[in-house]
Amino acid sequence: MADDKDVLRDVWFGRIPTCFTLYQDEITEREAEPFYLLLPRVSYLTLVTDKVKKHFLKVMKAEDVEEMWFDFEGTPLKWHYPIGLLFDLHASNTALPWSITVHFKNFPERDLLHCPSNSVIEAHFMSSIKEADALKHKSQVINDMQKKDHKQLWMGLQNDKFDQFWAMNRKLMEYPTEEGGFRYIPFRIYLTMSDRPFIQKLFRPISSDGYTHTLGDLLKEVYPMAISSDDESKRYQVVIHGIEPLLETPLQWLSEHLSHPDNFLHISVIPAPSD
Amino acid sequence: MSVSLLWAVDVYGRVYSLSTGGQQWEQCHDAVLEFKRVTAVQQCCWGIACDHHIYLNVHSSDVPIRYQEETYENQRWNPKDNFSDHLLPSDRWHWSDITGLEHQPLDSFLLPSTNWEWEGDWYIDENFGGEPTEKGGWTYALDFPATYTKDKKWNSCVRRRRWIRYRRYKATDTWAKIPSEGHSGPLPDPFNDISCGGWEISEEPRGRLSLWAVSLQGKVWFREGIHHHSPEGEGWEEVSLPGEVVQISCGPGDLVWAVLWEGQLIVREGITRDCPQGSSWVVVDSPNPEAGAIHVAVGDNVVWAVTKDNKVWFRRGINSHNPCGSGWIGMVGEMVMVNVGLNDQVWGISCVDRAVYFRQGVTSSELSGKAWKAVNVPRDGDIRSHSSASISSLHSAGCFFSGEVQAQSVMSEDLDTEGGPQRAVLEVGACPSSPPPEPPPIDPDVPKPRIPKVTSDSFISEMLSDREVKQEGATAAKCPPPALVLSPSLSGGLGDPQWSNVDLEETQTHLAVGPAVVRGDSADTCSLSSVATYTLCQGEPYGADEHPLWAWVSGGGCGVNCHSQLNWFNSATALASSVQSMSLSISPAQTAAWRKQIFEQLSERSKREMDHFKHYEQAVEQSVWVKKGAMQWWRDWKPHKWVDVRFALEQFSGPEGNQDGILFLYYNFNEEKKYLHAFINEVTILVPVLNDSKHTFAVYTAERTKQRWPIRLAAATEVEMHDWLALLSVSCCDSRGIQGPPSKQAIWSVTCKGDIFVCEPSPSLEACPYPTPCDQMFWRQVGGHLRLVECNSLGVVWGVGYDHTAWVYTGYGGGFFQGLASSTDNIFTQTDVKCVYIYENQRWNPVTGYTNRGLPTDRYMWSDATGLQECTKANAKPPSPHWTWVADWTIDYGISGGTDREGWQYAADFPRSYHGHKTLKDFVRRRRWARKCKLTTTGPWQEVPPIPLSDVTIVLCGAQSSVEPIPLWAISNKGDVLCRLGVTLLTPAGTSWLHVGTDQPFKSISIGGANQVWAIARDGSAFYRGSVSSESPAGDCWYHIPCPERQKLQQVSVGRTSVYTVDQNGNLWFRQGLTPSYPQGSSWEHICNNVRKVSVGPLDQVWIIADKVQGSHSLSCGTVCHRLGVQPMEPKGQSWDYGIGGGWDHITVRGNSIEAPRVRMPSLTPSLTSSLTDPLRPPPPRSLLPVMITEMENGNAVRC
Repeated sequence: MADDKDVLRDVWFGRIPTCFTLYQDEITEREAEPFYLLLPRVSYLTLVTDKVKKHFLKVMKAEDVEEMWFDFEGTPLKWHYPIGLLFDLHASNTALPWSITVHFKNFPERDLLHCPSNSVIEAHFMSSIKEADALKHKSQVINDMQKKDHKQLWMGLQNDKFDQFWAMNRKLMEYPTEEGGFRYIPFRIYLTMSDRPFIQKLFRPISSDGYTHTLGDLLKEVYPMAISSDDESKRYQVVIHGIEPLLETPLQWLSEHLSHPDNFLHISVIPAPSD
Repeated sequence: MSVSLLWAVDVYGRVYSLSTGGQQWEQCHDAVLEFKRVTAVQQCCWGIACDHHIYLNVHSSDVPIRYQEETYENQRWNPKDNFSDHLLPSDRWHWSDITGLEHQPLDSFLLPSTNWEWEGDWYIDENFGGEPTEKGGWTYALDFPATYTKDKKWNSCVRRRRWIRYRRYKATDTWAKIPSEGHSGPLPDPFNDISCGGWEISEEPRGRLSLWAVSLQGKVWFREGIHHHSPEGEGWEEVSLPGEVVQISCGPGDLVWAVLWEGQLIVREGITRDCPQGSSWVVVDSPNPEAGAIHVAVGDNVVWAVTKDNKVWFRRGINSHNPCGSGWIGMVGEMVMVNVGLNDQVWGISCVDRAVYFRQGVTSSELSGKAWKAVNVPRDGDIRSHSSASISSLHSAGCFFSGEVQAQSVMSEDLDTEGGPQRAVLEVGACPSSPPPEPPPIDPDVPKPRIPKVTSDSFISEMLSDREVKQEGATAAKCPPPALVLSPSLSGGLGDPQWSNVDLEETQTHLAVGPAVVRGDSADTCSLSSVATYTLCQGEPYGADEHPLWAWVSGGGCGVNCHSQLNWFNSATALASSVQSMSLSISPAQTAAWRKQIFEQLSERSKREMDHFKHYEQAVEQSVWVKKGAMQWWRDWKPHKWVDVRFALEQFSGPEGNQDGILFLYYNFNEEKKYLHAFINEVTILVPVLNDSKHTFAVYTAERTKQRWPIRLAAATEVEMHDWLALLSVSCCDSRGIQGPPSKQAIWSVTCKGDIFVCEPSPSLEACPYPTPCDQMFWRQVGGHLRLVECNSLGVVWGVGYDHTAWVYTGYGGGFFQGLASSTDNIFTQTDVKCVYIYENQRWNPVTGYTNRGLPTDRYMWSDATGLQECTKANAKPPSPHWTWVADWTIDYGISGGTDREGWQYAADFPRSYHGHKTLKDFVRRRRWARKCKLTTTGPWQEVPPIPLSDVTIVLCGAQSSVEPIPLWAISNKGDVLCRLGVTLLTPAGTSWLHVGTDQPFKSISIGGANQVWAIARDGSAFYRGSVSSESPAGDCWYHIPCPERQKLQQVSVGRTSVYTVDQNGNLWFRQGLTPSYPQGSSWEHICNNVRKVSVGPLDQVWIIADKVQGSHSLSCGTVCHRLGVQPMEPKGQSWDYGIGGGWDHITVRGNSIEAPRVRMPSLTPSLTSSLTDPLRPPPPRSLLPVMITEMENGNAVRC
C-alpha cells in the first residue's frame, strides 16, 4: 500500500499541460506561435510564466507591452489563486491542454490584482501561510520560525524544491498528539456560480465530543448545497487538486495532505458535467 | 492503553465496574450479597458484604495463580535392600522438606482454602540444577546433609529426590469469602471499612499487598501475607490505636491515613519494606475545627479528606519524607466520599446527586486537579435492576451511611413540617425500612433529567432561569409538587459541569452562600444535602438509569491519567463518536475506502494530465539546492575534540530524476581551509545520540562502519538536530528510492538507547558466495522505544519495551519524523520506563565502623557501577532530555549477589565481587539506588496488555506461505511461558494468552520452522517443546536438553532447521544432530565467543550482536555481524562479516526469507577468500577474539 507521503509528492508534482495563445487583438510584428508549458498545480501563474512572457515579447514591440495577464474563455485568471485551483474551478471538465489566452493590454483592474514583481507573490504567499498557522496553531509555529525559515518555504515553492519546502513545512503540519488535530482547519471553498470569491469559516477537525469531522461534515456546515441527497442526481463536484475525495475523508487528513503550499485547503465546488 | 476497571457500589449494595474502554457500568452479577464497600487494586478487588464479612474477587488472567509445593523423598543404602526407605534412627524423615528438619509426607499437603484446587498429582522433578537427571530424579550423596550429585558413586550412601505438585487458585472473577479469624480465633466484631494498597513498598514477595480493615468497634486490623501466590493472605493482626477509627485509606506506597470518631485524622508512620504495617500513629487535626473529618483518601503523594459538612479538602505538602503534609486547602464541591486511584487520580461521589465524579486535570505537577466531571454512563440492565431493589437491599443501603443516617433523619424531622406529598417521598430516603414506590411506566415524552451542574453559583442561576420550563416538564411527569422546585434545579444544561477552578479559602465562603440562597429563594427549608436525599427517591419515577445513586467508588485498579481518553462523560455522543471512529479506525481494510479513492484518483489525474504531455517544457527549471548550517564535529585526529565546522547539504536531481546529494563539512586544519564530504547515497545510517550535554548524531558510510568511526556531529539545539536528521534521512531514502513502511522482509534492530532501525534486505544479502557486505546495509529509523523486537516474514512484528510492555507493530506508517517522512496514521503514543542506577560506597574503619569516608585512593563515595564516575543523587540525570523522573530514589534490593536488610552488599575491597551479608573479611560495602524515569514518544506501535513480557518469538515461515493462525510464543517478565492465540495477518496482536506450565521460570524462547519450540530456563538449561503443531499450538511436554559443559545458556534462536544458543559467558553454540525424527539433536558445538545475541532466520542465516569488534580507532561493543558461508549442507558457516555497530543490542533477521538468485560456483573457498581480500575492505574477518577493551568509552557513536 502506498504511503501517505506519496500523496504529498503527487500533490506537489501535479502539472497541468497548458497552451498559451496570444490574444487576437494584441499587436504583433509577426504571428505569435502558441507556447506549451507544464504548469505546477501548486504554484502561481505569474511566478512560472517568465518563459511565456519572453516567448511573446519576441514578437511584440516594447511600447505595446503593459502588464501581462491571462484569461480562460473570457474569465480573467487571478494570479493569487494557485494554478491548480484556477484550473479546477474554471476548466476541470475541458479538454487538455488548458488553453490560456495571454494579454498585454487592458488590464482588468476590477478583477485582478497587479503583480509587478515576485516579491508581491511572496508577500501574498507568506501572508496566506501566516493566516493558516493562526488558524492551526494560534500562529505559534510560524512565529517560532526565523526569517531564513520563511525564506526556505518561499524558495522551496519558487524553485519547485519539494524537500526544501517540506523540510520546513512539516513543522506547520504538526499538532499535539493528544489534541488529534489542528485548532481550526484552514480551508477556502470556491464556488464558480457565486459572487462571493470564497467561503471561509472557523471549523475544527474534531468536535468537542471527540467526533472526527469529515469533508462531508464541513460541506454540510458551510455549503450544504454541495452535497446531493441520495435521490437526486449529482449536481456539484467537490474538487481538490483535480480529484474528488470521498465525503467521509477526515478533514484533518485532507488538511495535512491535500493543502496547497500556502497551507490552505482550496476546495472547488463546480457544477457536475451535465452529460 | 490497557483496559482497567473502576469499581463502585450503589446505594442498594450492588457492585458495578466500569471499564476504561467501556461506556456502561457492568453489574457484578456474581455478587449474590449486597456489598457495603469495595477497594480495588489492579489484580483484585476486596469488599465488605452486608454480612460484614470480607470477600475477595481476583481478576482472572491468562496466567493462572499457581503455587509449587515440593517435598523430598530420602533413602539410605544398605547392603541387604540396596537403596530403601529404611533410614537410620538419626536420619531425617523419609519424607521431608529440603533441610530435612520438617516431616512432610505427600498427604500432609492440604489446600489452603476451598478457593484452591490441585492441578495434577505429585510427580518427580528430574531437573537438577539445570541438568537433566535420569534414574527417576535421584541425586546421591555420601550422607545427609551433604552435597548431592546426579551420578551415583561407589560411596553414595544416601539419595533423595524432589517431588512437586501444583495448586491453582480457582476462585477468580468471583467473590470468595475470607474467613474472619485473627491470630487468636474469630475476630470479635465485624468489619466496617477496608482499604487495599501498599504494592509499591516492596517487590518481594511478588504481588505483595497491604490490606487494612476497620471493625465496627473502631479497631484497625492489618491482613498479613497477601502476595501473588497467596492472594487471600494469612491472617489478621490488630494494630494499636490512639482512638476509635471510622475509616482508613491506604495508598499504593507507604501512605496510610485513618479518620477517628472524634473527627481528627491519624497518619501511620514507620511503614517500610520490612515492616509494612508501620509502627506508630501521628494525629493531624481536622481541616475544619467545627466539622470533623468523616472520610480520608490517600494516593502516592496526595491526601484528600471530607469533613462532616461534606466539604472536600486537599492536603498540601505530602511527600515520602513528610507523610503528614503541611496544610489543608479547601476544594470546590461537596462530596459524600472521595477515593484516590492510580496515578493519584481522584474520584468522588457528590452529595448533591450521588453521581460518581472524576477529578479532571490531575497531573504530577498539579495534584489537586482542575474540576470535577460527572461520569455519565448507563448501567447495564437498568430497567430490570431497579425493580429488584428489594426491601432488604434498601435497608442495607441505609446502614451503609452510618455517618450520614443521622443527618438524614434530622432533615426528615425538619421536613415533617412541610407539605404531605413531599414527606411521603422523602420518607423513602429517611426511613430505610419503607418499600420503594413502584416505578410508573416510563413515558417517552417525559423530558429526561440531565446531569446537574454542580457549581453552586451556576446551580443557582440554573435554578432561576430554568424553573419555568422545567415545571411544565415535571408536571407532565406527574411528580409530586416539591419536585417542581428541586428536580429542575438539578437539571443543568447539557454542557459539561464545570466546577470553578481554583479552590482556596475565599472560594469556600462564596460556596457556603450557595445552599443558603437555594433555601431562601425556593422558600424551602431543605439544605443542599437534602437535595441528595430527595433525588434518592425522585429518580424512581424516571427510571433508575438516569440517576444512578452511588455509595462507594474505588479507583485503585483504574489505570487512567489526565491524558486518558475516556468515553465516560457524555454517553449519548460518546456512543455516536465511537461508531464514527469505527469507520475511521486504523485497520487498513476500513481506511481503504477514502484513502484508496485518493490514491487511485491521484494516479488517474497524473495519467490524465501528465502522461500525454511529457514532452512539454517544465515551467520551473531544476536547480541545485544547498542547505547550510553551523555544527560541531568530533574531529578525526587526535586529540579528539569538538570543533566548529560549517555544514552543507547540496541536493540535486540525479540522472534518472531521482534526488541525490552530497554532504560537505568545512573545517580548518593548521589555518588551512579543508573539507570532508560524503555522498548521500553512500550514507548507511544516521544515528541520533542524545545526551544531556550535546545534541549529536552520527553519520555512517560503509567505510566508516569498517573503521568504527562515524562522522559525529553536534547541532546547537535539539530542534536543529532534528531538522537536519529529518532532511538527511529523507534525502538518504530518496536517493535509494526507499519509500513507505518497512517491507515484511525487513531486518529490524534496536540500539542500547532503545532506538529502532530497519533495513530492507537486498536479494543478494544472503547470497553465497557473494553476499552484500553487511556494512553496506542501509538502516533507517522507525519511531518508538523498545528493548527488543521480533518479526517474521508475514509482516507480524512485536516489540518489548524496557518496562516489559508488549507492543505490536501497526503495520502502516512507520516514519520517524512527523509530518514529512510519513503519515501520522497508526502512529501512537508510546511510553517506556527504565531505571537509572547509582551506587553508594562505604569503607569500614575501626573507630566509626562503616562511613562514607573512603581512602584517598578509593572510588567516589557516590558513583556509577564502575566507580570511575561520580554520580550523586543530585547530579544524576535521566538518559536524555526526553526522559523525565517519575519517582524518587529508592534502594534496589534486587541486585545480583543479594543484599542485607538495608540493601548493602559487602566485599573485601573495591572492586570485587559483592555478597549480601557481612563477614569479618569485608572492609567495603556498597548499595545500589534506583530511580525510575519515563520516556514518552510516538511510533507505529500499539500496546498489547496486560501481561508484561521479557521475550517474544514469532513462527518462521517462507515469504509465500500463509500460516493461519500464526504461532507466537512469549515469556512473561515473571518467567511464565505463554502462547498467543488468535494471531493472524489481520489481527497481529492476537486475542489471548495460553499459559504453558513449566517447573521453573524461563527467560528465552524461539519458534522455528515446522513449529519447533526451544526455550531457555532461568537456571540456564535448555528445553525442547514436544508435539507443537497447528492442531496443538501449545504442544504437550518439555524435553530437558543438557547444557554445554559448565555453561549456563542465555538465549536461543531457532531457524528453519538450525538451532543456535548463546550462553552467559558470550559463547555461541550450534545444536548438532537435529533430524526430523529426533528434533532435540545430540550435542552442542562451539562456534565462537564474544556474542551477545543471535538471530537465525528462515533461510537458516545466522546474525549476531557481537562484542569487541576491532575498528580503526577502537573496539566496538554491540556490532551486527553476519555469518558467511552458511549453506544447506554447511549450516554453521565459516566466518563473520561485520556490519553496523557500536551500541547495538538486538537484531532480528527472521523476516528475511528472500533467497538469493542461485549462482553456481566452481569452488567455494578461493572465491570466498577473494571477496574478502578485496583491497577496499579491511583485513578479512577474524574470529572474535577476546581483546582488552581500551578506547571503548569514547570510541563509539552510540555508547552502551
